Amino acid sequence: MALLELNGVDAFYGRIQALRKVSIKVEKGEVVALIGSNGAGKTTTLRTISGLMHPGNGTVSFDGREITHTRPSKIVELGICQSPEGRRLFPRMTVGDNLVMGAYTRNDKGGIASDMDRVFALFPRLQERRTQIAGTLSGGEQQMLAMGRALMAKPKLMMLDEPSLGLAPILIETIFSIVREINAQGTTVLLVEQNAHKALEVANSAYVLETGVVVQSGTGRELLASEEVQKAYLGM
Amino acid sequence: MSQRAAGGSGSILARFRLRERIRDRDQAVYGILIIAAVLFPLVTIYATDGTALVSQATRAGYFVLLAIGLNVVVGFAGLLDLGYAAFFAIGAYTYALLASPQLASSPAHHAVHLPFWLMLFVAMFVAAAAGAILGFPTLRLRGDYLAIVTLGFGEIVPQLFYNFDQWTGGINAVGIIDQPVLPAWIQGPWSGDGPVQIVRSFNFGGDPVAFYVLICILIAAAVILVSNLYRSRLGRAWMAIREDEVAAAAMGINTVTTKLLAFGIGASFSGFAGAYYAADVSLVSPDSFLFIVSITVLVMVVLGGMGNISGVIVGALVLYYVVFYLIPGLPENVTNLANSIGLSSETTHSLADATQHLNYIIYGAILVAMMLLRPQGLLPSRIREQELKHAAVQEEEAAVEMEHAT
Repeated sequence: MALLELNGVDAFYGRIQALRKVSIKVEKGEVVALIGSNGAGKTTTLRTISGLMHPGNGTVSFDGREITHTRPSKIVELGICQSPEGRRLFPRMTVGDNLVMGAYTRNDKGGIASDMDRVFALFPRLQERRTQIAGTLSGGEQQMLAMGRALMAKPKLMMLDEPSLGLAPILIETIFSIVREINAQGTTVLLVEQNAHKALEVANSAYVLETGVVVQSGTGRELLASEEVQKAYLGM
Repeated sequence: MSQRAAGGSGSILARFRLRERIRDRDQAVYGILIIAAVLFPLVTIYATDGTALVSQATRAGYFVLLAIGLNVVVGFAGLLDLGYAAFFAIGAYTYALLASPQLASSPAHHAVHLPFWLMLFVAMFVAAAAGAILGFPTLRLRGDYLAIVTLGFGEIVPQLFYNFDQWTGGINAVGIIDQPVLPAWIQGPWSGDGPVQIVRSFNFGGDPVAFYVLICILIAAAVILVSNLYRSRLGRAWMAIREDEVAAAAMGINTVTTKLLAFGIGASFSGFAGAYYAADVSLVSPDSFLFIVSITVLVMVVLGGMGNISGVIVGALVLYYVVFYLIPGLPENVTNLANSIGLSSETTHSLADATQHLNYIIYGAILVAMMLLRPQGLLPSRIREQELKHAAVQEEEAAVEMEHAT
């Protein structure tokens, strides 16, 4: 059974339908990518999963449990954590406090401390800037912090929304190698990206969204080789 | 690379020192405040041979309590509340009605006289409940919209006390409110009029010093409570909501209860202050809780340094001095000054007249000047300081870049 499963999900913003019958499966231990252009419904999909909005029709289930109408705070407790689009850090809290906020739903002090060490091992820059307020970090550092914060919840599934947005190419490399590293350490990753090439390289499987509909799916490699994907998203 | 690392660790050290310095500063401020609180009654009673100044200080004290409470709502949780005086009113009326002859002339036909010490907590809970009730309809609102709803609430509450005059006496106000009475075991042989008098007798009936001591204790308790809250899980959740509500929800914070708790806990302090106020002035009328009170308290919070408790206390004291001493006393002081430098009595008179008319303009000018000179408040929180410093550095960097470009 898949760790996360969306089944025929419709989602609406008022009267506008943003998702039509979206069905997605994320198996445990995988990196799954959602690619598509602006307005395709990628972020909406993530918001539906994390409970920030609820689907009009269809179901979302996670770890054998239906979470279609569960509160966001409860969903975090169940093990889904999101690094949201635009990072959405707490700009006037320190780097350290931002990370502590990530572990908000947890009570195990020892576990939190060791996860903090783990985050600092992945992102040494964050350790250097621990007492600095997050709003004063550079773009790349902010992305690292957003990912570190999501990791602090010790999620079974980590959702990353456009981690490469607005970053220099060299930083994008770093970010994606860290995504691989996080996955290798045992966290399942659902990745939303406009940078289709990079995303498909790291993804075990991937879905292509267009105007709220899944138009194509397959393994990362299959989609990289697919002619339509190449034309539409890889600029070849 | 090594250079960069060195720079990084250097700046960390600098930042660490900044943090320590501010913690020291807070301790120093609290130390000074405690010493001042002890010395103030001794010195003023000795110097002026009367307790008028002490009862003024007491009045400043409940503004301090109000500012500490509003700081929880505005400074910690970032919920702009323009109707905070409503909770003050609710606390005051709770005590006034349940500890005065008022209810005898109401449809209840029976006066209630509950003890002050119990009512302090009752008033606190009633105000907290009112805070949560106000919180409910505002949960979906943010920023300006929230401010307008709280503004409405602040207008409604005094009107209610006006209009339910059967119960509250309406415009006639509630009077002859009970004074607090100390339990007998405190009035031992070591105090009062006995042969061995160590402490002077401590009687709330007309002794401002007793009220002064009480408000100092209440403020100290409030400070300890609020600073612990600030460092708690709940305090961090408030800050997260202030910074970014969506991200806070994504971290697993239950934004509904967290916001309601901010409103409730913030309001509870003004309930506290309200009960105390009613006992102190012994007369509660709806006029004492108008919009200007809410705004004054809000200005105290902003002026002192939003989010920083010691700053808020200092802000409350400074603004209290400005609003209730400096501005009202200005015409007289101007007259004295003019007389002493030998201006004719005619010019003196017109000068005093002018300052009288310009009272609020001068007050406004002082506020504008303070905000321009110290936008971060008198004693800003560490965060605010870092932020402004960062902005300054960025500006400098931008300027340097511009120079290179040209």
